Amino acid sequence: MDRKLLNKWIDRAFYIIGLSVTLIGVVILLTLILDIFVDGVSRLGWQFLTSYPSRKPEEAGILSAWVGTLWIILLTGLIAFPLGVMAGIYLEEYAKKTWLSNLIEINIANLAGVPSIIYGLLGLGLFVRALAFDRSVIAGAATLAILVLPIIILSTREALRAVPFSIREASYALGATRWQTIQSQVLPAAMPGILTGTILAMSRAIGETAPLITIGALTYVAFLPTSPISSEFPYITIQGLFDAFSVLPIQIFNWVSRPQKGFFEDAAAGIIVLLIITFIMNGIAVWLRHRYQKKVRW
Amino acid sequence: MKKSIISLIAIFAVFMSIKLHAAQVIKIDGSSTVYPITEAVAEEFQKAEKGKIKVTVGISGTGGGFKKLCNGETDISNASRPIKPSEVELCKKKGIDYIEIPVAYDGIAILANPKNNWVDYLTVKELKKIWEPEAQVKITKWNQIRPTWPDKEIHLFGAGVDSGTYDYFTEAIVGKEHSSRGDFTSSEDDNVLVQGIATDSLALGFFGVAYYEYNKDKLKLVPIDDQNDSNGKGPILPEYDNVVKGAYQPLSRPIFIYVNKKSADKPEIQRFIDFYMKNGGQLSKEVGYVALPALAYELGFKRFEKRITGSVFGGHGSQVGVKIEELLQRE
Repeated sequence: MDRKLLNKWIDRAFYIIGLSVTLIGVVILLTLILDIFVDGVSRLGWQFLTSYPSRKPEEAGILSAWVGTLWIILLTGLIAFPLGVMAGIYLEEYAKKTWLSNLIEINIANLAGVPSIIYGLLGLGLFVRALAFDRSVIAGAATLAILVLPIIILSTREALRAVPFSIREASYALGATRWQTIQSQVLPAAMPGILTGTILAMSRAIGETAPLITIGALTYVAFLPTSPISSEFPYITIQGLFDAFSVLPIQIFNWVSRPQKGFFEDAAAGIIVLLIITFIMNGIAVWLRHRYQKKVRW
Repeated sequence: MKKSIISLIAIFAVFMSIKLHAAQVIKIDGSSTVYPITEAVAEEFQKAEKGKIKVTVGISGTGGGFKKLCNGETDISNASRPIKPSEVELCKKKGIDYIEIPVAYDGIAILANPKNNWVDYLTVKELKKIWEPEAQVKITKWNQIRPTWPDKEIHLFGAGVDSGTYDYFTEAIVGKEHSSRGDFTSSEDDNVLVQGIATDSLALGFFGVAYYEYNKDKLKLVPIDDQNDSNGKGPILPEYDNVVKGAYQPLSRPIFIYVNKKSADKPEIQRFIDFYMKNGGQLSKEVGYVALPALAYELGFKRFEKRITGSVFGGHGSQVGVKIEELLQRE
C-alpha cells in the first residue's frame, strides 16, 4: 500500500516536472513576442509597410526589406526544392551503394552542419564574382538555396525511407516501372514529410543574415526589384533577378545598432513582420501536409 | 552533351545582355559610422531626382568597403579613417584610382556612469596610462590613475577592435594604431557599450559622440585635456563648437567618402557628389555628427571636379589633430 502511494506520488511529480519543462519554451517565446509587441506595435501600420528606409525613425519603413525577403524566399524555394527532392530521390531510390554514393552521402550530412557564413563566402566567390551575378537577388537566392539544400535532401530521404517497402513491391507486381512507382506511389506518400522538411529549411533561410551580408546584400535600398511583367515588349523580364536588394533581418540589425530610440521601435515592428511571415509560411506547410495526407489511402 | 553546353552558354549570354540594360544605380558601401550620413544624403537625393537615379548603400566596414572599391565593385566607399598602405597597394594592383572627400567630423566621447562623482576630467596622458598595452592587468583601480580617486576597480568599455573608431582612438591616445590593452569589454554595437556603462557605476569607456547625444540621461560625459594650450585651455567637452574649432583634440576626426575615378565621369555620380557637398553639412548635423566648415565642402567638390586622386594623408591610415580645410588647401 505504502509503495503504491509512493509510486503514484512519483508519477505525479514527474508529470508536473515534464509539463513545466515543456512550458519553459512556450513561456520564453511568449515573453519575447510580448516584449517585441509592446515596443513595436505603435509603428506597425500601412505607412511602415509601404515606406522605404529613412534617417527619420518615424518616416522609415520596410517596403524594400519585406519585398526583398519574399523575393529571396520564393526564388530560394524554386531553386532548392526541385534540386533537393531530385537528389534525394536519386540517392534513396536509384543510387547503388558504391564508394561514390557513400562519399556524396557523407558530404551532404557534413554540409548540413557547416556554418552559414561559409556558404556566404562560397556565394561571393561563385555567384557574385565568377558568374558575375553581382550583388543581386539571384545571387542571394542561389546562395541560400545551397545553404538549405542539404536539409531538403536529408528530409526527402527520411520521408522516402518511411514509405513501407511493401507499397513499392505491390506496385512492381502490377507491372509498374521504377519511375511509375516513385511518381504515383512513393512520392505522394512521402510528400508530407518532404514538404515539412522544406518549409522548415525555408524558415531557417528567412532569418539568415550572415551569408547575405557576405555576398553584399545592402542596407539602404529605396527601390523594388523590377517587376517580372513589363508594359514594353517582350512583356516579361527577368531584370528583377539582377537588381540589388535588402532583406528584413539586415534592416532590423541596422536599426538595432542606431543611437536613436525611434529606430528600436522600427526594429521591433520589423521583427513582428518577420514573425508574421514565418508564421504564414509554417501555416502553409501545415495546410499542404494536411492536403497531401488526405490523398494517400492504401 | 554538346547541346546542353551550348544552351547553357546561350542562357548565360541572355542573362549578361539583360544586365547591360540595368538602370542608373550608384553603388555605395563601407563604414557603419559614415552610413547614417550617406543614407540621409541618398534619401534626399533620390527624392530630388524623383527616383530616376537609384542609390544603394551597404555596410561592410571601412576595410571591407575599400576592398570592394579597389575591386571595382562599388562607385563610392564610406570610410571612417583615411586609406591605409595595404589598401593603397590593393587599389594600385587593380588599377583603381580614387578621389578622397571629407564629409563630416566625428568626435569620440569618453563616458562614465552618472553615479561616478569623482571623475571631473581626464588628461590624454591619463588615458594613455589606462589604455596602453602595458596597462593590461596592472592598471585596475581608479586611484592608480589619480591618487585622490577611490580605491575601487575600473571597468573599461570600448569600440570593437575591427572598427575605424578603435583604430583612431588607439592612434590618438596610445600613439600606435590598433594597439591597446586587451582586457576591456568591446563591442561593434555601440548600444551595447551604452547599456554597459549606464548600468556599471565603475565604468569608463569610449565611442562615437552621436551615441552620447541620444543617451544623455544615462551617461556622464568626461572632458578631455590634451595639455596643449594652443588649441584651447584645460579640459574640453566634445561639443559642436569645440570639434569644429579643432579644440576637442585629439579625439575628433574627419570621416570620408572615396569615389572611384572611373565612376566620377558618369553624370549621375557627378550630380550625387554635387548634392552631397551642398547638403551633407546640414544632413550630417541632423543624424548626430558635426558638419565641416562650409569651405571644406567647397574644397572637397573642387577636388572632385579636378579629379585629384590619392589621399591627403599620404596613405598612412589614421592621423591625429588635423584640420581638414587646411589639409585640402595645401594642394
